[in-house]
Amino acid sequence: MAIHHGRGFASINYPIGMNLGGDPSQALVHSTPDGKFKVTLSSIDLGQGIKSVGRQLAAETLGVPVEDVFVDTADSDTGPHDMGSFASRGTHRMGNAIIRAATEARAQLLEAAAEELEVDASDLVTDGRGNIHVKGAPSRSITVEATATAAQFNQGRTLAGRGMFLVPLSEVDRDTGEMTPVSSFAHAALIIDLTVDDETGEVEVQHINSAYEVGRALNPRLVEQQLIGGAWMGVSHALYETTEPYYPDRSHGPIDFNHYLQPGPGDAVPHHISVLERPAPDAPFGGKGPGEMCANPVLPAIANAVFNAVGVECDSLPITPEKVLRGIRANGGARPQGRPGA
Amino acid sequence: MKSPVTFRLNGSATAVFADSGANLLDVLRRGCGDLSPKYGCGQGTCGACTVLIDGEPHVSCLVLAETVAGRSVETTGGLSNGPDLHPLQRAFIEGFAAQCGYCTPGMLMSAKALLDRNPNPARSDVEEAISGNLCRCTGYEPIIDAILEAAKQRGAA
Repeated sequence: MAIHHGRGFASINYPIGMNLGGDPSQALVHSTPDGKFKVTLSSIDLGQGIKSVGRQLAAETLGVPVEDVFVDTADSDTGPHDMGSFASRGTHRMGNAIIRAATEARAQLLEAAAEELEVDASDLVTDGRGNIHVKGAPSRSITVEATATAAQFNQGRTLAGRGMFLVPLSEVDRDTGEMTPVSSFAHAALIIDLTVDDETGEVEVQHINSAYEVGRALNPRLVEQQLIGGAWMGVSHALYETTEPYYPDRSHGPIDFNHYLQPGPGDAVPHHISVLERPAPDAPFGGKGPGEMCANPVLPAIANAVFNAVGVECDSLPITPEKVLRGIRANGGARPQGRPGA
Repeated sequence: MKSPVTFRLNGSATAVFADSGANLLDVLRRGCGDLSPKYGCGQGTCGACTVLIDGEPHVSCLVLAETVAGRSVETTGGLSNGPDLHPLQRAFIEGFAAQCGYCTPGMLMSAKALLDRNPNPARSDVEEAISGNLCRCTGYEPIIDAILEAAKQRGAA
């Protein structure tokens, strides 16, 4: 009886959003009379951070401080249409919509400032600190706040923008079948190191090493947070979680958190992440979504590592101690596969 | 049948009429208007409703409200001192230890109980202290790190 080490690898190309055409997201941006900007969305922020990233994208595009932008999400009665927060699509789809809405609002902002300064709007620039001035002449300036007040109380204008992102439908070439099914891919590679106890069948993940290519990491701390939490969920699905009973029938299945197994705080796995940044041309400032692929590659990598450790191929999840032991018995004992070059 | 229950909530004398048999979580949220403890599972398995009673962590969904009469109850709602956040709250924010945030109030109270009785916890002490609090987003690692960081900051202060 022994503890066997195993290493497993998996890589993934993950498509962003629903593809083949459509998948719309819309955003509205408007200013308050004191020069703050509100971004109205129907996206849900369930912790992944679309509120933070949407705020950054809008502020960067408008040319105003990030503190002056507020994102209002998750009311489909008052916000414009969005397909939803799923398929790793939020940053890419909604991000593009926010940029378009903010671009339109910025044009109106500069028009209003131009009227106040009696110059041409195309000569104006923003300094990102709440001021608008004539290119090359910083003294001829007006604040965003004064511009918004003038627009709304004197000029009778809105400072607002509408943004829409829609993936164009990809036609199929009738001769070759060629098409563009996907608008944007993110990529990852992940290595799992684990041990398998051939007496108890228990699998213990010891290290995760991963590399993620997410375009530009628009908010690096949020990306890292999502990757760490997502990998935990991958481990959980690979080794613990199931609504099916392990033993004889459905009536023995989990009915609450006491029975539905998940790794606890004592099972946290050290995870070393390298984030590679290759900004994607059709993505908002190059940022794609980490989203679902935080968890996905963990599962095959664990299955491969278990095979590497004891020679058991599990073709169903989770990989429970029982399945590992049955596999070892069917093989007539543990069959460590070794490591080429090791 | 309602009966009056008087106790200290985050240091303030509090009186509330509680239905006989009502749980503390319900009385805190509906009776006292303190929405910081969260209702998760309602059966003591998720820890989102964790509060401190005389300094000890309890899942408030399993505590009869009447049993806190004359005792002291602390919730996340009372953690900050006006605009000054508790070191745990600061460490959670700076360490990105929350995603959806639903487990956060319970995590903070379990962590406070730990740091109040053990200002220099080992990593394993932290894991033990929050083992009754489920989190589905973070993978626990950032939460454990934040609690250890708060202990360090409090030691330095």
